[in-house]
Amino acid sequence: MSKYKGIDHLSPVDRVVVSLMVIVPTVLVLWLVWLPAVGSVLLSFTNWDGIGPVSAAKVIGLKNYSDVVNIYPPFWPAVQHNLIWLAVMFLVATPFGMFLAVLLDRELRGTRIYQTAIYLPVVLSLALVGFIWQLIYSRDQGLINQVTGSTIDWYGDQRYNLWAALVASSWRHVGYVMLLYLAGLKGVDPSLREAAKVDGADERTTFFRVVFPVMAPINIIVLVVTVIESLRAFDLVWVINKGRNGLELISTLVTSNIVGEASRIGFGSAMATMMLLISSVFVFFYVRIVMREQR
Amino acid sequence: MSRPTTQDEYLASLVPASVRGVSRRTLLRGALGAGTLLAAPTLLSACGGDSGTSATGKATGTVTLGSNQSDAVPKAAVQAVMDAFQKANSGLTVKINTIDHNSFQENINNYLQGSPDDVWTWFSGYRMRFFASKDLAGDISDVWKDLGGMSDALKKASTGDDGKQYFVPSTYYPWAVFYRKSVFAKFGYQPPKTLDEFKTLGAQMRKDGLVPIAFGDKDGWPAMGTFDQLNMRVNGFDFHVSLMAGKEAWNSDKVKAVFDTWAGMLDLHQPDSLGRTWQEAAQALQQKKAGTYLLGAFVAQQFQKGAEQDDLDFFNFPEVDSAIGADAIEAPIDGYMMAKRPKNEAGAKKLLGYLGSADAQNLAVKADPSVIATNDTADQASYTALQKKSAEFVKSAKSIAQFMDRDTRPDCASTVMIPAIQSFIKNPKDIDGLVNSIEKQKQSIFAS
Repeated sequence: MSKYKGIDHLSPVDRVVVSLMVIVPTVLVLWLVWLPAVGSVLLSFTNWDGIGPVSAAKVIGLKNYSDVVNIYPPFWPAVQHNLIWLAVMFLVATPFGMFLAVLLDRELRGTRIYQTAIYLPVVLSLALVGFIWQLIYSRDQGLINQVTGSTIDWYGDQRYNLWAALVASSWRHVGYVMLLYLAGLKGVDPSLREAAKVDGADERTTFFRVVFPVMAPINIIVLVVTVIESLRAFDLVWVINKGRNGLELISTLVTSNIVGEASRIGFGSAMATMMLLISSVFVFFYVRIVMREQR
Repeated sequence: MSRPTTQDEYLASLVPASVRGVSRRTLLRGALGAGTLLAAPTLLSACGGDSGTSATGKATGTVTLGSNQSDAVPKAAVQAVMDAFQKANSGLTVKINTIDHNSFQENINNYLQGSPDDVWTWFSGYRMRFFASKDLAGDISDVWKDLGGMSDALKKASTGDDGKQYFVPSTYYPWAVFYRKSVFAKFGYQPPKTLDEFKTLGAQMRKDGLVPIAFGDKDGWPAMGTFDQLNMRVNGFDFHVSLMAGKEAWNSDKVKAVFDTWAGMLDLHQPDSLGRTWQEAAQALQQKKAGTYLLGAFVAQQFQKGAEQDDLDFFNFPEVDSAIGADAIEAPIDGYMMAKRPKNEAGAKKLLGYLGSADAQNLAVKADPSVIATNDTADQASYTALQKKSAEFVKSAKSIAQFMDRDTRPDCASTVMIPAIQSFIKNPKDIDGLVNSIEKQKQSIFAS
């Protein structure tokens, strides 16, 4: 096979194939990702109410942004809840999922059963997870209150409902991280562990000094999955109470402003743009790290 | 009739923000069925022929009806009314597109701008005038010329900002304080006439082991009803209307007085209300755990037909200020509107005329006994006791409001007032901060 010397050396058919392979995905990405994203950003500077042509919308500059930040009471609680969400997922759920993966990697008896059991919630949609936990949390008929005799309104009382939702969400997230990490652990070269053992390292040292660094690519994937899942957390709280009363998240505020009769498209887009910016920061770092790996 | 109900409905109506625009429209079309797609070319041709000449022509062909009555009982009622209409008008057929109640409401903007059905279910009040002023609803003033049995108040409630009629009322229901006769008889309670009497009664109910006022505000809108009642009792009907229209300041002393009064009776309300739906709160009344419940007459849907519904009674929300009185009530009207460019205008107008008639409404109220007919000549003999009392109650009221989410801008109601009232229920102490926040947001919304 001759060495590839640039596009000029391809046959006409190959050239067509290559151009199609480039153009089709580009068009799709532009149309499905960039067009709506840019559209959202542009709409966030208008007061469009979703009725009539977009051209009729008035450009009102940064007013939507200043309104969101200054006079929209649910916004700051939403930011706070998103951060709490991220922190709990990052500090509790993800490490716990990794821990389970490490345990299951030790060829326990019945490891497949454990894997299946822990992974099962991931198959369920978060909306369904919300319903399942409703059976446990319900104030009047729920399992917790039936067993303990308490009358705490887990989903309704804003002192508890965020944490209740986080437990439900973690229940699912742990399984996801466990599976991702387990797959990574299986791929670690066993000779590394043996070498560490020969050098007299104990289990802990082996994991933190040898296995963990080797798994850097998986670690980054797990990190990004955690961040993205936390930022786009939506379905669970929407099912619980449409993201009100202690469960405000930026995503639910965007939805409740845009969907429905409210139709504050510009106002909602301003919040969506803020979300886009926050996500972009993480995406930027992720892409940078991945690119560096490949070099 | 029935307000937003189950979580399944919410789920079914989810439209993530990320699929707005092209794909959201497509989703909606899918939901509305193939009929909408087929209708697209017809819409174009209809643009040129919007002269209204067809209104006088003979009505034949197919009329499409977009119905949000997706629950089994009201759905059957709509079907019964349409069957009767087709029987009376040979040559006209009605095609009913039933759309899930919440999806219909959440997608209404896209629905009306796409290719809506000829006739669609909707509500009176600002919500109706809004679409009329945005040029999304058809003028049906000539239907009103032949519409008998409708009071002037109803005509006014069907009139847009430009003085033309856009709405045909079908049924309505009052908001009041509901109770079970058997419970009141057992403890010897009397319906209170003033707020002080209501508070005394509440204290007595608590001694007797009852929750004085059942309360659930998980969905955010039921507590609006409490605010409306208090505002009409404390400040009067005219102020209420101006406040809803955005003409009064929310941080005025008058509005603060409403929240103050509410805070003074909040301990009589069922606790943990933000996690409870209205259905669950109604269950508390039904199971005789609660003494009273301030809600629309649709509370009867949680009671079994027959003896249990007969045990249900109500009294007007008591007077707060004797100078203001208690003759203003809330009774939201449900009805029908016509598309801006119906495919079959003559048929649509014929159908709307029928929907406003006593014949059609007799069928509708028979199927759902929690509502009453708007047409004066409708047959009241077959009403249940509760319907008779509702009809009497509405008739004796001097002024009738719709409901907060129908009287004010929908964006203000859903994105400002729902969080505001919920935060008041959580923390009734910071009334100043609350009303100032509402006022700032209101100014921003009403200015846009």
